[in-house]
Amino acid sequence: MGVSARLVAERVEAAHRECWSVVLAATVRVTRDLDLAEDCAQEAFVRALRAWPEELPDNPAGWLTTVSKRLALDKLRRETTLRRKLPLLVEEPGEVEQPTDPLRLVFTCCHPALARDSQVALTLRLICGLTTREVAAGLLISEATAAARITRAKKKIAAAGIPYRIPADDELASRLDVVLTVVQLVYTAGHIAAGPELTRADLTGRALELAQLLVRLMPDEPEPQALLGLLLMTQARGDARVSEDGELVLLADQDRSRWDVRLLAEGVSRATAALLKADPPGRFALQAAVAGLHVTAPCWEETNWAQVVRMYDAMLLGWPSPIVALNRAAAQSLVPGADLAAVLGELDALSKEPALKAYAYLPATRADVLARLHRPAEAAAAYDAAIALTANGAEQRFLRRRRASLPTANPGA
Amino acid sequence: MAQYMFLLFDSEEWYDQITPEEWQQQMKLHGDFMAAVEAAGASIVSSAALLPSSTASTVKQGDGEPLVTDGPFIETKEALGGYYLIEATDLDQALALAKLVPSGNIEVRPVMDTSENAEPPA
Repeated sequence: MGVSARLVAERVEAAHRECWSVVLAATVRVTRDLDLAEDCAQEAFVRALRAWPEELPDNPAGWLTTVSKRLALDKLRRETTLRRKLPLLVEEPGEVEQPTDPLRLVFTCCHPALARDSQVALTLRLICGLTTREVAAGLLISEATAAARITRAKKKIAAAGIPYRIPADDELASRLDVVLTVVQLVYTAGHIAAGPELTRADLTGRALELAQLLVRLMPDEPEPQALLGLLLMTQARGDARVSEDGELVLLADQDRSRWDVRLLAEGVSRATAALLKADPPGRFALQAAVAGLHVTAPCWEETNWAQVVRMYDAMLLGWPSPIVALNRAAAQSLVPGADLAAVLGELDALSKEPALKAYAYLPATRADVLARLHRPAEAAAAYDAAIALTANGAEQRFLRRRRASLPTANPGA
Repeated sequence: MAQYMFLLFDSEEWYDQITPEEWQQQMKLHGDFMAAVEAAGASIVSSAALLPSSTASTVKQGDGEPLVTDGPFIETKEALGGYYLIEATDLDQALALAKLVPSGNIEVRPVMDTSENAEPPA
């Protein structure tokens, strides 16, 4: 009995997307070497393309894992020198895979001793199974740079003895925060694509899958739930973010009827569950709360801005950063009857923060507040500063339109 | 088990201003650290505290005669003031122990295997 080539290709591709990290993580347990494990996992998928036309397996993940581990054992027997390599440290010895193995791999990729750039590249490569070329395309870096980041990180894992382990309870929160930050960065890289298009669906999709994986593997932790909720609520607004002619539409002007109701409902329920479970709420629960306040408001004006400001206050207390302070100031400017001059003072103080020097949202927010204070010349200058700082074409056009709509500003000046 | 070198970098002001009591206190903190290493099941292979970088001399090996200069090789605000060579299970244990060192900055470096059948680092 033969299976059509097209069906086989589809099944292998689906398995690659769904089970890559499971297959790789189980193989790492055998090889204790990331490169060799990757080679074997890749070879297993190649073999699937050859074997599955005969008969599709009932359990593709199990089939692929068995083949990959057998390949690894064969290679280890043949190449005895490999055993002399520095081993990747497995906490519970033994070659039987554990259901939590993919999580070990995630914590290895996102180890704080690795540079943030390397954490992101390694996660895309080892957890999502992207090729180096796909990683490079996703992060808008050259293939050589992506390859160098991945190689350097793998070398450090082996040489410095970064363990293949789920962190102990006392450090789990801080280690998990790194993992979630990496997932959020992957999403943001896809969501605010630098370049002509506004989004790169592949990266946003991968980030959502990573968040779902973390929720599955750590069902009792509120923060992965919160991140998933946050990403789903952002994703739900996707279509409404871009007008029919490809222009960026700000949250304030979006047609809320175009939001994806199903994604929104799931996002809100995940965020709510995380907020109820977390005491006090973590960084991602608070971000999800802000997103929830936005998506449940009937329109921009009726957003509960005072509550949004309170969420940012809580974030500033636990995780102070100039970006959170900027978001708080922007929200404060929208509270009915806000003291705009005071907000402008806060924004001016924030302009001195080195971390915000290249951040277009700061001059864009200043421009908005200046326009509302009827200071169009200064607002125009602030829009120019914001336009110069953004690399995204749609965002640039949006800012130019705002600048052109200022009452007495001369767009040609 | 793997070996990690903890390089302790700190401001050198205390060398000039330190009182005998503060010195005793500092020695006690390092004693506490060494006890914590043993309690964690790791061990200290060797350690040393250094006199300030103003006492350093540097020998430069070039094409000609080696050149002796005054001072440390690299002038930094926070200078190398001592080291611990630690044997630990993995980087996580090494980093957890490094957090207990009574010093401002601790660079943690894995030690190269130079035993007879070792290969050059990959």
